[in-house]
Formats: sequence, C-alpha cells, structure tokens
Amino acid sequence: MKNERFELNKNLAQMLKGGVIMDVTTPEQAKIAEAAGACAVMALERIPADIRAAGGVSRMSDPKMIKGIQNAVTIPVMAKCRIGHFAEAQILQAIEIDYIDESEVLSPADDKYHIDKTVFRVPFVCGARDLGEALRRINEGAAMIRTKGEPGTGDVVQAVRHMRIMQSEIRRFGSMSADELYEAAKELAVPYDLAVYVHENKKLPVVNFAAGGVATPADAALMMQLGAEGVFVGSGIFKSGNPEKRAAAIVKAVTNYEDADMLAELSEDLGEAMVGINEHEIELIMEERGK
Amino acid sequence: MKIGILALQGAFAEHEKMLGGLGAETFEIRQKRDIETAFDGLIIPGGESTVQGKLLAELGLTERIKALIKGGLPVFGTCAGLLLLAKRIENDEHVYLGTMDITAVRNAYGRQLGSFSAAAEFGDMGEVPMTFIRAPYISGAGDGVEIMSRVGGRIVAARQNNMLVTAFHPELNDNKTVHSAFLDMVRAS
Repeated sequence: MKNERFELNKNLAQMLKGGVIMDVTTPEQAKIAEAAGACAVMALERIPADIRAAGGVSRMSDPKMIKGIQNAVTIPVMAKCRIGHFAEAQILQAIEIDYIDESEVLSPADDKYHIDKTVFRVPFVCGARDLGEALRRINEGAAMIRTKGEPGTGDVVQAVRHMRIMQSEIRRFGSMSADELYEAAKELAVPYDLAVYVHENKKLPVVNFAAGGVATPADAALMMQLGAEGVFVGSGIFKSGNPEKRAAAIVKAVTNYEDADMLAELSEDLGEAMVGINEHEIELIMEERGK
Repeated sequence: MKIGILALQGAFAEHEKMLGGLGAETFEIRQKRDIETAFDGLIIPGGESTVQGKLLAELGLTERIKALIKGGLPVFGTCAGLLLLAKRIENDEHVYLGTMDITAVRNAYGRQLGSFSAAAEFGDMGEVPMTFIRAPYISGAGDGVEIMSRVGGRIVAARQNNMLVTAFHPELNDNKTVHSAFLDMVRAS
C-alpha cells in the first residue's frame, strides 16, 4: 500500500511536467496564475523575496489562507513546511494539500533530520543542489525534486549551478562500472539501489524541476535546456510590473523552450522584471539549509 | 505509421516511450508548424487541462486539430486529454476541442489523496491496470459512444468512432493493451 501511494505521488509530478508552478499569496493571485496557465500553485503567506526582506523566523502559512487558495482554483495546490517540521506537514496533509514542499525558504525546524516522508500519504517535493542531496531526499520519500537555487533573489545563477552539477553527476553515474558505483554511492551517502537506478536510467527516479531565481521567459528556457522537466517561479511573477503577461510568457517559454524566435517574441514588452539581488549582495544563504 | 503527441504540457514522454515500445514512430506537437505535414494518429496526454487548453488556443492549434479529428484522424486522450475532447464538462465552463459526445466531471475523485490505482476490463481485451491521478470520469455519453471500462460503476474509458478516451493513465504502466488498441484504430482508419 505504501509503495502504491509513492507511485501515485510520483505520477502526479509526471503530470506537472512541462509546466510552471507559481508562488501565490492570495486567492486573487492564484486565479491570475491559473488563468495564465500555471500547472499548479504554491500557496504561501509571503513570497521568498519578502521573506528575505522581512527577516525573522519564517513558518508554514495559515491553513485558512491555504484553504482560500484551494477553493479559488482547480489546479493542484502546494504549500511549504519547514525542513524537519513533521507536525506542520501533518497539518498540511490534514487539509488535503496536493503537494508539500519541505522547503529551505522557510526557517529550518531541525538542523539534522529531514521529515520521514514515507509515513505520509500526500506527496513531497524537496530542494537539492546536487545528486547526493536529491537521492537522499528521495530515499526519505520525496516524490519530486527541484533545484534549490537561491530563492527570492531573481538571480538564476544558483539554479543553473545546481542543475548543471546534478546533470553532470547523473552523466558520471551513467558511465560507471559496477565496482565504481558501490564507492560512488558511499561517497554521496546514498542507498546503492538508487545509485543503480541513476546508472541504468541516466535520470533521477522522480521528476526534477528547476527553482530559485527564475524571473524571465529566457531564464525558464535556459533551465529547460539544461535538463529541467518544468519550472517553479516564486518571486519572479508577482514582484514584476505585469504579472499576468509575464506569467503567460513564462508558461509558453517552457513549452517551446528551444524555439528562439518564439522566445524573442515572448520576451518583448513584459514590463519591469523583479529588481533582484546579486549573489554577493545576499546576507542569508537559503541553499545552505538542509543537506 | 506516424503518431503525433501533443507536447504542450504533461506526461507526453511516457506515451512516446510506450508507442516506441510498440514500434510506432512518434513526433511532438508544440506549435502550428509541427502539424503542417500529414500524420496518422494523435495522442493528447495527461497533465492539466486548463494549461493544455489555453496553450492549444494561444498557439493557434485548436481549430486545426478540431478539423483533423472531425475529418477522421484517430485520437486518443488520457485524463486531461479526455477533458479536452469532451463536449461538456459538468464542473467547468470550458469546452476545448469538444468533439466527443461525452459529459465529464473534472477532478472527480477530489485532490491528490483521492488518487488511486485499480484493475478492470478494457472492452473485450481483458483486465488492465489503471492509474487514476486527480482523475475525471464520464458521467454521460451520447448514443454513438461505446463504453469500454467502468470502475466502481463510473465510466472510465470510452470510444466514439475515431476517438478513444481513458480517465486513467495506461502510459504509466507496462501493460500495452490500451495503446495497442489505439494503434489498431489507426491501422483500420
């Protein structure tokens, strides 16, 4: 039964592929996102850019606020809990959330252990910076992976770095001999059977999205060309001048990510992009949370 | 035999793999120019119907694909694909392609916690495994529609002439029965 649930949860992520998951803070924003073509929304009280600006401890959103968003749209609704905070996850499961993001964007509740996601019936997505983190999260029961990137910055550099590292390690695993694979699994501190899966299939055992700092159609196309199966856009949409137009353009860019002519057209006249902060200007490094 | 797979959003790669395993040639449809040359069958995959429906319209594909289906092009829709083909959706004001005389209920089993797997007869082709992900079902079908499968009394697979739909996802299992049946439809057309 437990295994069957994991399969169904992995399958839902497969249905999200080629799509854009958008951060929303109100039912109105959720409706805008759905109308613009989001394949799911992430309900949260504050988008990462504002969490960064506000400082302090950042926690799971008010369930009432999440329910408001669940009632506003027909597409899947995700919500974040703190790393290791299984009680927050239990609450999100109780309100029948479609996906839980055990997220480094919020303040970690546990500096050692992640949530044992295998005991939950709802699916989890987790962030990862490399193949080791991804496989450790999958071993704990994550049914979907996303790059961590650096949330709320509007700077795509970390997401690119994480996706490149992951893809390069997947290629390396793919070409290993059996004896090398034992050692590689040990080095990354991941279970041998997951290492074998990557070796044989040359991909992660679950769907892999890009997240963190995606702000333009070009950013989304870049991540797709680097091997992402879909894109999360957090602060990039509702921190920009024209959210409706930008959201719709990013959705189309993810579908036709290799067509430069169409990308050129989609990138025109989108109004102001989120201002963003550069890597060396940030004080709080969220990607360091949870390993 | 060349099968086009609508690749705007969703689980299109899984259909490609399934058809590849059955020896059929496939190609992805992402925009208008992809359907300028002739092809023999069309698959509309699972995903979000709102996303696929919107992209169909905005990429200028809706009318062309509708005309092809009305002209007899064999089409197979799974989950979201079923919703795109349905003439009526009970709990959604949208009609997308609207070529098949069925009424569908969207997210009919609720949220992800309502997703399930089952096994049931598919036409006279024996029992097949069925994966339902935030699935719809068919609540009403016109006279020309053949009911292929029921689960818990609900219609979950149906055929009308050149159109085949399943509320479940045969592309997620190893069982090739449903895809083989579709390829037979393509061969016979």
